[in-house]
Amino acid sequence: MQRRDFLALGGLGMGGLALPAWLGKAIAAEQLVSTLDVSIKKQLADAALQAARSAGASYCDVRIGRYLRQFVMTREDKVQNVVNTESTGVGVRVIADGAWGFAATNGLSNDSVAEAARRATAIAKANAKVQAAPVQLAPAPGFGEVSWKTPIRRNAMEVPIKDKVDLLLSANAAATNAGASFVNSTLFQVNEQKYFASTDGSYIDQDVHRIWAPMTVTAIDKATGKFRTREGLSAPMGLGYEYLDGDASQKFVTPNGVVNYGQSYDLLEDAVAAAKQAQEKLKAPTVKPGKYDLVLDPSHTWLTIHENVGHPLELDRVLGYEANYAGTSFATLDKRESGFRYGNEIVNLFADKTQPGSLGAVGYDDEGVKCKRWDLVKDGILVDYQTIRDQAHIVGKTESDGCCYADSWSSVQFQRMANVSLAPGKQKLSPADMIKDVENGIYIIGDGSFSIDQQRYNAQFGGQLFYEIKDGKITQMLEDVAYQLRTPEFWAACSAICDESDYRLGGSFFDGKGQPGQVSAVSHGSSTARFNGINVINTARSLG
Amino acid sequence: MSIFTEAEAKAILDKVVALSKADECTATLSGSNSGNIRFALNDVSTSGIVDNVELAVSVAFGKRVGTATINEFDDAALERVVRRAEDLARLAPENPEFMPAIDKQTYAPTSTYNAATAAITPEYRAQVAADSIAPCRPAGLVAAGFLEDSRSFTAIANSKGNFGYQTSTGADYTCTVRTDDGRGSGWVGRNVTDVAQLDAGRDVAIAIRKARDSAEAKALEPGKYTVVLEPHAAAGLISFMMYFFDARQADEGRSFLSKKGGGNKLGEQVYDPRVNIWADPADPDAPVLPWDDEGMARKRMPVIENGKIANMLYSRYWAQQQGREAVATPGNLIMSGGTKSTADLVRETERGILVTRTWYIRMVDPQTVLLTGLTRDGTFYIENGQIKHPVKNFRFNESPVIMLNNIDELGKPVRVSGDESRFAMMIPPMRLRDFTFTSLSDAV
Repeated sequence: MQRRDFLALGGLGMGGLALPAWLGKAIAAEQLVSTLDVSIKKQLADAALQAARSAGASYCDVRIGRYLRQFVMTREDKVQNVVNTESTGVGVRVIADGAWGFAATNGLSNDSVAEAARRATAIAKANAKVQAAPVQLAPAPGFGEVSWKTPIRRNAMEVPIKDKVDLLLSANAAATNAGASFVNSTLFQVNEQKYFASTDGSYIDQDVHRIWAPMTVTAIDKATGKFRTREGLSAPMGLGYEYLDGDASQKFVTPNGVVNYGQSYDLLEDAVAAAKQAQEKLKAPTVKPGKYDLVLDPSHTWLTIHENVGHPLELDRVLGYEANYAGTSFATLDKRESGFRYGNEIVNLFADKTQPGSLGAVGYDDEGVKCKRWDLVKDGILVDYQTIRDQAHIVGKTESDGCCYADSWSSVQFQRMANVSLAPGKQKLSPADMIKDVENGIYIIGDGSFSIDQQRYNAQFGGQLFYEIKDGKITQMLEDVAYQLRTPEFWAACSAICDESDYRLGGSFFDGKGQPGQVSAVSHGSSTARFNGINVINTARSLG
Repeated sequence: MSIFTEAEAKAILDKVVALSKADECTATLSGSNSGNIRFALNDVSTSGIVDNVELAVSVAFGKRVGTATINEFDDAALERVVRRAEDLARLAPENPEFMPAIDKQTYAPTSTYNAATAAITPEYRAQVAADSIAPCRPAGLVAAGFLEDSRSFTAIANSKGNFGYQTSTGADYTCTVRTDDGRGSGWVGRNVTDVAQLDAGRDVAIAIRKARDSAEAKALEPGKYTVVLEPHAAAGLISFMMYFFDARQADEGRSFLSKKGGGNKLGEQVYDPRVNIWADPADPDAPVLPWDDEGMARKRMPVIENGKIANMLYSRYWAQQQGREAVATPGNLIMSGGTKSTADLVRETERGILVTRTWYIRMVDPQTVLLTGLTRDGTFYIENGQIKHPVKNFRFNESPVIMLNNIDELGKPVRVSGDESRFAMMIPPMRLRDFTFTSLSDAV
């Protein structure tokens, strides 16, 4: 589920003082480029590990985290807010008497972290008294002292704020000059400096970077009172500031001239396109509801994959741990045993925490497991889930899939979605070739409205741009389109997937889960894909 | 120690304001102790305690604003946070929509604090989990739930002499009960200031009954139905709509409250005349702080009066531009109703659908506030005033604006908090005509 955290952030533009607690404290921009010395982190970690062992813990892991974020928010010719935040501290998790315990502190001294380790051990021992079965931890090798860094070319935190403001305001001006009534553009940058150590013998230092440049362009027809928006076609990425270079080789132009983006984004170009398309939407004819063959661009499909593959194949949901909030899953354990058909045989869905440029790419997860790629749905058949160390045994695995994540040093790490993607088709196929075969279809670009039930059966999705396909040709823009689906039937209807030259990532910067809620960032890749006979509804209403 | 007394908070804030060399200084000091317990599969899964206290300082030089925060409070730390905010302000671009600090306000205290809630212990939380699980485990039912409680304080001050201090408590309990074959699911939620109003052992019986009663669900064709929405089911749609009462958005032409040709619908009849919604920080059943995030004093403010738009949200900037009075952002939503319970409304329904809860509500079209979402945890067919049988969950595509023009009857409001809403709410159960379900869901 994607929570509406973005709405809360929107409030930053106006209020200023009321930062959401998970952002930590506001700091000066120059502090965003510093790092903690790794030898100090190892010393702190050893103090915690030693204290936990002495207190009787059989396992302990320590996460020393420094979470840096910068947000630049603009509308038209105005900077609404620039926010720099930092949150630094240490989370200690232990197993004692077969139960988990967790405690966190923002004190960066040996005494503070040792005390946190002792508190965590005491909590574990208390929890052990009411726990039915002891925790079973899948083995994980110790990696010694290792490090990993997002392979960025330019650290966004080192780019002067003025350059960022100039870029956003230029894009806003370009959209306005192209006829936009209003435009909001924002730049989010995240740097997680995470140090993990455990009694298994790992000392892992990681430097993780993410960036996102969302934009909303609004066109208004005052005479009719109609308004339409077109969101930017960028994706949040695990990249540095180089993502905003607008590299021409990363442009993917649809047969009707819409420019989509891969691992590089041209904000100014997209701002102009958004302004023109938002105005076009005001006049586009309304869709006739019915069954259509849908041709879905990767800028759209990522969200469908996220909701109806990524979430239902999280093992904690399957088991019932999320029943009170996000829900459970239709993809129950017996379905994997019986070889449940998740989709057509051309459908291969895989999890991969190593994909370059993806939001979820790290070297090791938040319990020290080395990240990898594995199959979830192979040739249309459900074959696996996403697990962490204390769940692996439930599905007969001897190792974790490396899906453990915490959004802060002060949050307990738990199972979060890996990058889950649709494998490209094996035969050479371009979007233009795909469209030639469609008699009555709709081509959907960009993500829009989304909603799915608590077991991930019934979903409804909108989009940004909808184009009618008639007899193999794109004829006109349509409006008021949403499609409804039942997950296994939707994937069974997947009749063609373009080849790997069309493969791109989309993603969510603020995916919410858990109680208390935590956010994570995750990417989903695909090539353009075709789904036959999908139910399309018309979303236009009249308020009289 | 994260709950400061009024005197302690004032002493810190006075120092901060005195330290600032900027044209203006505004500071907020807030702290909380919150605790939680989570359970699933009839067992406790996680529990925790979080203490947090933070000082946020915002200063302005002309139209340049800087904000910094800190969680240490000795004199050196206070000096540091003020200087950091000043440094940031000097580097910040000018904000052409800058508004000066608010003038001294008068805050009427509201009853947001309850001693019993403030005294909740880890043992109490464990007991809530135990009371929720105990009747489920031997009965072939599986409980999953969450209790989160907090006590907190907020103090605000600025260089114009404004000051406010208040303490608050809150507790929110939710529990989902499922049959162990996964065919039935029920839910209960309680949001209270005074924890004495919470009785997990009693409340969980509602979720248990709904789980059992929903197990043999039959499919009904999607379409337009008379519905009885329980308060929780209605709250998600109504609170979503209230985010779009911003006057600027409407004046700019991008809101359902925009008027053709320009301007907004203030004063116009938009809903059934029986719809009355207001904000009131002193409401005895859903009290909230007497000021908003900017420190503006909240007052009782009608939002919808007899179906007409009585007030829209004018920010201080937009109010100045439009020559209107700025209003504080509401913290609660109080909707009037009648005297009947959900059960009374069901008894008087010839044919219809009873909806326990709505879920995953998202905007489809902001032009009409068309929302989509699903029913969950107890959806039933009503015939001749009786619940005849459970029905499979539906997806709806409905606008709360249209829904509040199709009112058959409103019942007695109860306090609810939505899954994703920031408002404390009093919402009645309601019977509505022609509610639009567009597809069936197999989810239980």
